[in-house]
Amino acid sequence: MGEPINDVALAHFLLTGGLLFVLGMIGFLIRRNLIIMFLCTELMFQGVAVTLVAFSKFHLDVSGQTFVIFVLTIAAAEAALALGLVVLLFRSKHTLDAEAWGELNG
Amino acid sequence: MAVETLKFLPWIPLLGAVLCAICCTSPALRRLAGAICVLSVASALALALGVYFGPQSQAALSGTTVHALRWIDVHSFSAGFSYYIDGLTMIMLFVVTGIGALIALYATGYMKGDRGYARFFFGVCLFIFAMTTLVMADSLVLLYLGWEGVGLCSYLLIGYYYDKPFAVEAAKKAFIVNRIGDLGFALGIFLTWTTFDTVSLHEAIEKARHILEHGGEITTAMQCIPFLLMAGAFGKSAQFPLYVWLPDAMAGPTPVSALIHAATMVTSGVFMIARLIPIFELSTYALPVVAIIGTFTALLAATIALTNNDLKGVFAYSTVSQLGYMFLGVGVLSTTGGIFHLFTHAFFKALLFLTAGSVMHALAGQLDIRTMGGLRKRMPVTCWLMFAGCLALAGVPPFSGFVSKDMILHDALARGLHGEPLFFVLAIAGLFTALLTAYYTFRLWFRVFMGPERFEMGEEHGHDEHAAHDEHASGGHGPHEMPWWPMNLPLVVLAIGAIAAGILAEYVGGEHGWMHTMIEHSTASVEHEFHGELFGLSLHSVMVVLSLLIAALGIGTAAYLHWLRRDAAGVLEQKFAPLVKLLVNKYYVDELYDLAIVRPLRGCGKFFNLIDDYLIQGFLVQIVGGWGPRLVGYVLKPSQSGRLQSYGVGMAVGVVIVMVILIFKLTGN
Repeated sequence: MGEPINDVALAHFLLTGGLLFVLGMIGFLIRRNLIIMFLCTELMFQGVAVTLVAFSKFHLDVSGQTFVIFVLTIAAAEAALALGLVVLLFRSKHTLDAEAWGELNG
Repeated sequence: MAVETLKFLPWIPLLGAVLCAICCTSPALRRLAGAICVLSVASALALALGVYFGPQSQAALSGTTVHALRWIDVHSFSAGFSYYIDGLTMIMLFVVTGIGALIALYATGYMKGDRGYARFFFGVCLFIFAMTTLVMADSLVLLYLGWEGVGLCSYLLIGYYYDKPFAVEAAKKAFIVNRIGDLGFALGIFLTWTTFDTVSLHEAIEKARHILEHGGEITTAMQCIPFLLMAGAFGKSAQFPLYVWLPDAMAGPTPVSALIHAATMVTSGVFMIARLIPIFELSTYALPVVAIIGTFTALLAATIALTNNDLKGVFAYSTVSQLGYMFLGVGVLSTTGGIFHLFTHAFFKALLFLTAGSVMHALAGQLDIRTMGGLRKRMPVTCWLMFAGCLALAGVPPFSGFVSKDMILHDALARGLHGEPLFFVLAIAGLFTALLTAYYTFRLWFRVFMGPERFEMGEEHGHDEHAAHDEHASGGHGPHEMPWWPMNLPLVVLAIGAIAAGILAEYVGGEHGWMHTMIEHSTASVEHEFHGELFGLSLHSVMVVLSLLIAALGIGTAAYLHWLRRDAAGVLEQKFAPLVKLLVNKYYVDELYDLAIVRPLRGCGKFFNLIDDYLIQGFLVQIVGGWGPRLVGYVLKPSQSGRLQSYGVGMAVGVVIVMVILIFKLTGN
């Protein structure tokens, strides 16, 4: 699987992954729109995937990349399901605001 | 028929029970239940007779194990539906199915029109199944199954009139008192298993016989077994101190009293001791204790019967008393006498109960003999049938009750004269009881059937009115004779048994008579000769003369006090008022048990009820289980805000905390 990357390159990749993850998390925490929040979780996913691939390249171990392929496959299925759910939620409340479901409190 | 076919015998009444249960479901089928029950019991009798008179019978009937079904088979323990067939089994089978069929036939008339007609016959069929299983069982565990089965049927049938509180009370009493005895019985079986390494009757008996004949160590455990088994026998056979349930058990329908509480079930204790007699011989004290308890109960119950004014109550106490005789019989090693008395008693006591049932039926449930008199004109057949039964019970030679009771007392006296003074005392007590028996039996008969005619109808207007007045024209109100079919004819058969069964079984069939031959070819056989002389005469002739005198004295007194000079009875009663009061109240035994056992237990129950109310329900359920979770929920409730973002923050904070801990763990040290 080619040459390993050095630790400077690894740091860059990790930084990118971490940045993606944090961006996604901030987006998830401050936005109210269900679809945006959903996209943000996907962003966090990709951050983790980038990290995994980087480590895989660094250690020359394919299992990290294999894992990412699995994650992507499942993420695709999950995205279909979650978007369907979002559509259902929208239909019953006619809004995408997450606050509208605040009545499901304890 | 081959002896193996006997393995089908108990299942015929069970099939009958299933069919009767199906009959319960629809009013149209209900009428069939009686016929089904009679037919199934009668075919069981036919099977037993067929095997008995079959070709290769005699050898096979002296002890064959017939295997029917596997039941419990674990490692070295095995208890199956295997039956042990010998002379004793055959006698018991004839009694159970023969008397059972006659009583069931009578009951088809007696119970006619009753609401629970099919339910009644279901109980009877199930009872016959359990009872035949009991007497045929080879494994003690199977015997116990039958033992509990008859107890269950007894409970169900005593409580047959379940809307009457006293019947329900009586059923519970019977069941609970029997539990006390059965605990002993169960422990006895456990101990037999650990001691003899088998629960098979004939194997355990062989081992016990081996020890008795060849000498061997008799361990303490072996000496305990008979006493534990005895407890079971005393419970089931209503002996002191567990006899209190039987008089109350008369709350059930009269055919039940005749079948279960006189002829068959209550004798299973005697049967069990006779069956296991070698095991009882292992302990020096077991059989004398049986004899003492038996005699004491016989005397006690006979004295209570003296003043009892309840038609069925007198016979109930007399049953307890006669069972005492049987225990005296097996206790003095006269197993032939004990089983013989069981056999004849089944005939005459069933007859007495059923004729009493006829009187009760005719008087719409009236049981108080003080209200009766001179019924012989209204019910001539019943009158003379009961007379035959009374003669047998009173022990008048040569009626069947005399022959068997004579054998028991003769054997007891013979042992008493051979240097065992205890048995001499018991025999004298037995003779005195015979005097009381003759008196109370005829007191009842003279009161009911002789003297000026008088009667008061009872309060039962249910099925009696229907059945009696529609089916057989009775000519206006008042007591009337029962119809020949199906009620009086079975009674005639029983009466013939009450008159002749004793003589026939004693002198016909085999060198020493049928009964003796049968017992000799069974596990109950004992090698003990009973001979003796008194006043230069053979003990046997002495006994005949004594019995005749005693019976004449008893009957004469009863005739004087209760037929010819009824006022004299009243005067006598006045004179001995405290004694009469004691007897009428049955020595206050029920009250004593109530005070010593029932009330403390009820107190315990109340105390534990309080614990249940306050500790379990109050503290644990209400406070620990109710308020606790509610409080926790109240505290944690706000964390479930319903806002997606706050959950997200929670998760993020959680992840951060975990990471901080990890970093400190990995780098800190």
